[in-house]
Parts: sequence; structure tokens; C-alpha cells
Amino acid sequence: MARIIKNDEIIESNLTVASGDDIDIAQDNQLLPLTVYLANREALAGSNNYGVWLDSDEEVELLEGKIDCNVIGLNFPAFNDGRAYSSADILRRKLSYKGEIRAIGDVRRDQLEQMIRCGFDAFELAPGQDLEESLASLQGFSENYQVTTDKPEPLFKRR
Amino acid sequence: MYTYDTYDQKMVDERVDQYRDQTERFLAGKIPADEFQQLRLRNGLYVQRLAPMLRIAVPYGMLTSTQLRKVAHITRHFDKGYAHFTTRQNIQLNWPLLEEVPDILAELATVQMHAIQTSGSCVRNVTTDQYAGSAQDEIEDSRPWAELLRQWSTFHPEFNWLPRKFKIAVTGAREDRAAIQVHDIGIRIIDQGGEIGFQILVGGGLGRTPVIGSVIKEFLPKKHLLSYVEAVLRVYNRYGRRDNKYKARIKILVRAMTPEVFAEKTEIEWASLKDGPSTLTDDDIASAKACFSQPNHETLSDEEPSDSLIAGNKAYQAWLTHNVQPHRVPGYAIVNFAIKSTGVAPGDVTDVQLERIADFAEKYSFSELRVTHEQNITLADVRQKDLFQLWQGLVTAQLASPNLGLLTDMICCPGGDFCSLANAKSIPVAEAIQRRFDDLDYLHDLGEFHINISGCMNACGHHHVGNIGILGVDKKGAEFYQVSVGGSADSSTAIAQILGPSFARQDVPDVIETIVNLFVDERSEEEAFLDTFRRIGIQKFKDAVYPSNG
Repeated sequence: MARIIKNDEIIESNLTVASGDDIDIAQDNQLLPLTVYLANREALAGSNNYGVWLDSDEEVELLEGKIDCNVIGLNFPAFNDGRAYSSADILRRKLSYKGEIRAIGDVRRDQLEQMIRCGFDAFELAPGQDLEESLASLQGFSENYQVTTDKPEPLFKRR
Repeated sequence: MYTYDTYDQKMVDERVDQYRDQTERFLAGKIPADEFQQLRLRNGLYVQRLAPMLRIAVPYGMLTSTQLRKVAHITRHFDKGYAHFTTRQNIQLNWPLLEEVPDILAELATVQMHAIQTSGSCVRNVTTDQYAGSAQDEIEDSRPWAELLRQWSTFHPEFNWLPRKFKIAVTGAREDRAAIQVHDIGIRIIDQGGEIGFQILVGGGLGRTPVIGSVIKEFLPKKHLLSYVEAVLRVYNRYGRRDNKYKARIKILVRAMTPEVFAEKTEIEWASLKDGPSTLTDDDIASAKACFSQPNHETLSDEEPSDSLIAGNKAYQAWLTHNVQPHRVPGYAIVNFAIKSTGVAPGDVTDVQLERIADFAEKYSFSELRVTHEQNITLADVRQKDLFQLWQGLVTAQLASPNLGLLTDMICCPGGDFCSLANAKSIPVAEAIQRRFDDLDYLHDLGEFHINISGCMNACGHHHVGNIGILGVDKKGAEFYQVSVGGSADSSTAIAQILGPSFARQDVPDVIETIVNLFVDERSEEEAFLDTFRRIGIQKFKDAVYPSNG
């Protein structure tokens, strides 16, 4: 079990991040690494108790047409590794993925609002981050200039 | 001049609140130092050798008199009474207190200023031609495009954690005064058979590995500017190196992939962004341009300066020749003043000088001024009939030095006197060279001459593109200086070539003098240094500077 932030509140999630060489895909409630997931899609068919996670150097396009689950984790190996922001935006806007995108790894409070704007909607924060206090940082700026997942039109067309 | 609406103002105000909260949490021990470093950098605050340094954004170098007076006020109340103009058309404060930075930002926000994204691995201030809107050789005013890019890049959530910093420059004139070939993205406005569009360069840069940018798009229709730039940034964010900060700039990625493959990758990303909601309609472009309407120029005709003013006034004559440029509108002129007096760090101005400059802009140039990447000030709309009066005022304010574009108009980073990255001091080197070349007539005879000085490989002083570049290096704990020759930052951008082993600081003025003397011996008629260098090659300079090796 992990405490995560989702839909502006703290909830318990039964999904845990699986990693390493000896992953038992028969076990429920795991976020499976991308390669394990892609190699076992048939065996996983019918099960709903799993998700997939990608590291920051893995291309989300590999999931195109192959998304059978409704939780995708995107890992931040370090808080200043910004690749997962692009991954999330591509999942939402290019692959039209509607399920949960969960930030995992070195996830810090002051970046949550940027993650939300790129399409993340669930957050498993890094150890040491205070979840209750972090709720205050979900709401970023009241207006934004760019087109993002949550703002389909740029500000220059809304002025 | 772009003026904030309620949306822009609200975002800047909210950023002040957000940063204040971050600072308070850091001071309360709730944000670790390594994380707060990244947060404060994205708001322009470095921790330097002696004190923090706050870099204030001046989008595309434009300021109003009101804004400059506010900066003067801030330097008096929060700093030591002076500011520093940088090579990124920004302003730096060298002595703010970390605890007071939120208050400084709140003051800046009252005059539509901020420090957003002036450092950190994100998209930095977009720079452009300091003569934009006034230049005679302009195809189109670059500022509306720079402003569209400013808005696009401000708090872009996908690109706030790039592999490294990212700099974009735009030029709309035939002569490139924005050095677009040494930027991560260089954008050149071009006219292709009557249609205005953009040529896009990527992967230029200075620093440790100087590279001239490669053209990846010969002609981009203007409606696609934002989506195409977004595609470039996305390729860089995804594939740029993050394992080694010295190999993390886009130039390394472009070189590793080859420009052709980088262009293909960009096309692939662009395919899903092109024609999307960021596409600029004619109305969108017209709105952006309306924000930069021309000031109310009077109907005047060009006039020659009267002989009575020039006769016997060599200083005024020299100033007219070197500091005043022709204007698009008859009867007007562009005036530059170099803020580089001997004995003062290049780009440094006192609070009183800031206020005087604000007064000059108000009185003579519609209350607007521009900061140049050569660390000078431009008044872009001065009536020709006011030039003499303005010059007299500048003389009194000690801002009339007619050395613009001359050898003593050096670009120089803050160096080891202030910067914790520096290997060596740069300001005393600039000063020593200025003292050596103190004969103004001689400087004018030498003609256009650019000396650029950086205190370390990060090349904030743009030493790679100086006609003479000077780089501070560390040799077993001692400061040495490597000298290179033949660089250029104009339309024929070239990277300077290293002469040979480095020199001790006290020898640098001699070395420069040797180079200058060779130039004087070899030049034909009025030839500029760079032309002589290109004609005779580097070997003669090496032989002159290192005679024993010859």
C-alpha cells in the first residue's frame, strides 16, 4: 500500500511499483516495468489489477495501441529529470490516453502543479515529502499562456 | 513597448507569492538546499562568491524610464547602489539578501518586471536586435515574435526541467545584431518571394564547445512558429544528455545526431503539434504586432549636423560617427551609449546614472530604452535636432564616451570578482587594456574592434566570438589567460582561434598591444581588424606573440 495524492486528496493505493529481475506477473496490484508488460500482455489479459510504469528514458510511443490497463506510472529518477513531463503530454495529447498517469520516484511538492498541467493526475511523492502540506501546492497559477492538457487553447486566443 | 494586461500582471504577482512561500519554507528547513537551489535559480537567484546575485529579466532588452527608476530605487534600498547590465540584455544585482529577494520581486512586479527563468535549466530570456522597429535594414520588427515566444516559454510546464539552459534569439534585420548563430535556437525573419517567414537554426552556442548553429528549417511559415519551436524543445527535452552537464546543451545533441537527423526528429514531433491550437492566425499576429506600435514620430526630414556645432568639436563629431546610427524614420536617429568607462567594470551603472538614463529616455526617446548584448544602452527614437543637446547631457553624466564598437568597448563577464564559477578575474583585465589604449584618436584609427573577456569556460563574456577573445583559466591555482583571435558575432559569425599557451594577467595588455601593432603594420588602408585577420591568417599573429617559437 502506498499513500498517494489523487483528485486533490490523500488516498491509499494498493498498487506498488515492481522492479528488478524476478517479477511474478501472476501477483496482483503491481505497476509492471514497460518491458515486462509488453512481453506479457497476453498473459495479463482479463486481469485489471495491474498497471505499467516507464522510466524517464523509455519512449511512451512504445505503448501506442497497446494500452490495456488504466494506470501508467512515469518515473522521476531525480526531481530535475524533466523527461516524464514530455511523456505525460504525449500520452494525453498524442495517444489520447484517458486513464491515470501517476508520478513515481523523486516527486516533490513544488513541481506538482507543472505535472498536473502536463497530464499527471496521481502522485506518489518522494520519501520525506509531507503529503498534507503538499496539497497546498496542487493549485498553480490561475492563468497560463500555453496549450497544455488542461488548457486546450493558448491564452492569446482567450484574451 | 509591450504593456501587461491583467493576465500578465496576475501571473507575475502570483509568482512573487509562490517564491515568497518557497523562500520561507527553505528558511524553515522544509526544502533541502539542493532542491531550493533549483527553485531559486528559476527565479534568477544565484549564490555567488561574496553574496547572492539576482538576475532581473528585461524581455528582449526593452525598458521604460519608469522601470529603470524602479531598478535604481531597488539598488539603493536593497543593494549597494549600482546594477550590472549583462550580455543577455538583463540586469543583475550583486548584493541582495536572500531573505529580501521576495520583497525585491514584489517591488519589480509593480512596474511589470520580474526575474522569472533568468537562470536554471529552462528557457531563458528571448533576445533580439536592439534596433528592432527602428533599423533601416529591417525586414520586419522582431519584437512581436520575441514577445509571443516569451509568453509561450514563461512557465511552460513541459520545459521547466531541461537538460540545460536554453536560449532563443530572433533577428528581423539583414545585419544580425542578435548573434542568432550562437544560440540554442536562432530565428531569422526572412522574405521569401513576398511571404514573410522564419529560417530556423539550432545548436549554436559558446561555452566549452563553441558551435555555429545549423539550419534545420529553411522556411517556416509564420503561423507555425510556436508549434515548431515546441517540437524542437520536445526533442531536446527527451533526448538531450543528462549524464554530464558539460555535454547537456542542445548543440551536443545536434552534433551527435547530425543536424539532418535532428531535423527529422523535429518533423516527427511537429507532426502531432502542427496546425494545433498554438497555430497563429492573422488576427493573433496582428494583435501581437499592435502591442509594438510605433511611437508618435513627428513628420521631420533628415538633417545634416550643422557645421557650427561640429567645427572644433572633435568629441561631438566622434560621438556622432561611432554612437549614432541611421533610423528608418526621416529626422530621427538611433543613439547608443557605451557604459564602459575606464576603471569601472563593463556594464556597471550606479543608481544615479540609472536615473539619468531614465531621464534621457524620457526626454529624448519616448521614455523607452534598450539594453544591448554588448552591455550598452540604446535610445532608439531620438530626433536628429536633439542630438547635440543629448550629447551634452551625456557628457555631464559621463556617458558620452565615443568608444562604441571600438577596442575599449569590451564585453566582459563579472568574472572572479563576483562569480563563483569563474577561474579567473575578468574586470581587472578589461581595465588594464582600457588603460593601455587610452588615446581616443588611435582607437578611432583602429576602427571596429571587439575584445570579449570571459572568466571561465562558460563564456558569459562571449570570448569565442570576439575579434580578440580572452579566457581566464586556472593553472595549478594561479590565474592565466588564453588569447584567441579572429572571432565574430555578426552575420559572418566565426569562432576565434586560440593563439597558443596562456599568459599571466600582467602580460595581457602587452599581448593585445602586439596583436594590434601587427594589425596596424599589415592592414591596408581602412581595413577592419577582422578583414586583415582573414586575409593574413593566424600564423603571423602567433609569430608576433610567441617570437621564440618562430
